[in-house]
Amino acid sequence: MFNLELVFPEIFLSLSIMFLLILGVFKNNSSKLVFNITIIVLIITAVITFNETLGIEKNLLFNNSIIIDYLSSFMKIITLLAAFLVLIISSSYLKTFKIFKIEYPILILSSVLGMMIMISSNDLIVFYVGLELQSLALYVLATFNRDQLKSSEAGLKYFVLSALSSGLLLYGCSLIYGFTGSTNFEIISYQLGANEYALTFGIVFILVGLAFKISAVPFHMWAPDVYEGSPTTVTLFFAIVPKIAALTVFIRFLYVPFLNLIDQWQMIIIFLSIASMLFGAIAAIGQTNLKRLIAYSSIGHVGYALAGVATGSNDGIQSSIIYITIYIVMNLGFFSCLLMLKRNKEYYEDIDDLSGLSKNHPLLSLSLLVILFSLAGIPPLAGFFAKFYIFKSVLEQSMYFLAIVGLLSTVVAAFYYLRIIKIIYFDKEKEKYDTDHSLWLKFSLCFSTFLIAIYFIFPSELIELISKINLI
Amino acid sequence: MTEIGLGHYLTLGAVIFTIGIVGIFLNRKNIIVILMSIELILLAVNINLVSFSIYLNDLSGQVFTLFILTVAAAEAAIGLAIIVVYYRNSGTIRVEEIDKLKG
Repeated sequence: MFNLELVFPEIFLSLSIMFLLILGVFKNNSSKLVFNITIIVLIITAVITFNETLGIEKNLLFNNSIIIDYLSSFMKIITLLAAFLVLIISSSYLKTFKIFKIEYPILILSSVLGMMIMISSNDLIVFYVGLELQSLALYVLATFNRDQLKSSEAGLKYFVLSALSSGLLLYGCSLIYGFTGSTNFEIISYQLGANEYALTFGIVFILVGLAFKISAVPFHMWAPDVYEGSPTTVTLFFAIVPKIAALTVFIRFLYVPFLNLIDQWQMIIIFLSIASMLFGAIAAIGQTNLKRLIAYSSIGHVGYALAGVATGSNDGIQSSIIYITIYIVMNLGFFSCLLMLKRNKEYYEDIDDLSGLSKNHPLLSLSLLVILFSLAGIPPLAGFFAKFYIFKSVLEQSMYFLAIVGLLSTVVAAFYYLRIIKIIYFDKEKEKYDTDHSLWLKFSLCFSTFLIAIYFIFPSELIELISKINLI
Repeated sequence: MTEIGLGHYLTLGAVIFTIGIVGIFLNRKNIIVILMSIELILLAVNINLVSFSIYLNDLSGQVFTLFILTVAAAEAAIGLAIIVVYYRNSGTIRVEEIDKLKG
């Protein structure tokens, strides 16, 4: 007998998507209505996930192809909340560019549905279907401002590279299926050993595909272009939400079926991590566009999260989940600031546009200061603790080289964050920006800045939540 | 006459897969060729899965293939739509001219 109530969140989400599509087609001028219903749907789904699945022991459904455990429920709630926050701050931006259409919230909902399926997948087929549902919606989102050349080019590039990475990932899936005889993660883990060599090939292909999705070096080349070209709210969505799902799949894929092959994959993850940290720090230095800069910074941050995954210990997994959670809050704050740089229906996204911001907008500059210090990892802000946990778990496994490279790239990365702060506070001031922002935008900026600033008072709350994640 | 076994099918899959990958990176002319290369990659995976499924006497490989076929169709539809949108904005789909975003 199935415990269907455990998949209620997914069922509810898919029914709402269909309902909203029909509503949007048959009712004229319904974009505002659909938008608001979508926000409510995301909250309700998060509440259902919280009530039905959080705190439940490991449960397998549908011929063991779906897994519901603490990790999946926690990550689903984070995904839903992040998507909710992205939606509430995007309406005024969309209205300015006249792309406030019914498709936007519906596409976000479908990609969230795909991510939820990915997060709780325990089978290669389910994993692939979830991944594709997510990426197909994201291709369209990147192209959403379809009358603008930049946006359509971003969508085109994202489509080609992402489809290529799905192809590589699938080839890996087929090899793993062929040499273990099953697509189920648990059965795969019993069938290792026979063909270690071929399986390593399969793992490498799948890791390449996943590294594309979280934009880890050397599979990062789409990120800066897509981040720059897409509409800013979509960039925000790209920067935070798919990373949660992809990181969860990284963890589940490496630690459920292939834990015993750790010698084979550990070096790959360490390489991805070191390359991403260094590249993210160095390549960001010469950038002038803030969205491009944040793309490189997110490549660097993914490197730190992967360092936690590379340790092969429970502490490592927990620290990388803490890292990604804090990273989401920081990026949310940064993009809220970016969305506030608006003057007469035009949005500004270059670093020079920030110059002298502190004279006219002291509060906005103060929050940017806090967010950038936190991104650079300066104590006592949340970003420092995130890096601290990662380094702690890496050092516990005596992987000194990884820790040293991580620390060095933190120092390099601090340079470009501090340069922005210098431009904000010490450069010549420019014209005043608009101040009539929507309430939600102000709310999300205050919310994220506040969380980052006071995290050091209550660090144990988040650690306690995450310490229940035990995979090994 | 030699028997055609699993190895032959896997080799065929690997060859088609490689042609697909090389097609994406070597092609400097047309985006449609990239779309075709992506289809080739997915077809190579399908050949792999079906032959493994016959060899292992296990149905789930063929189920996987059906899923991949469906997703490939959806992906081609979205890809063509994006190409049309891009063509409307820029008037070209030559690969070397897609360079507005860089730095």
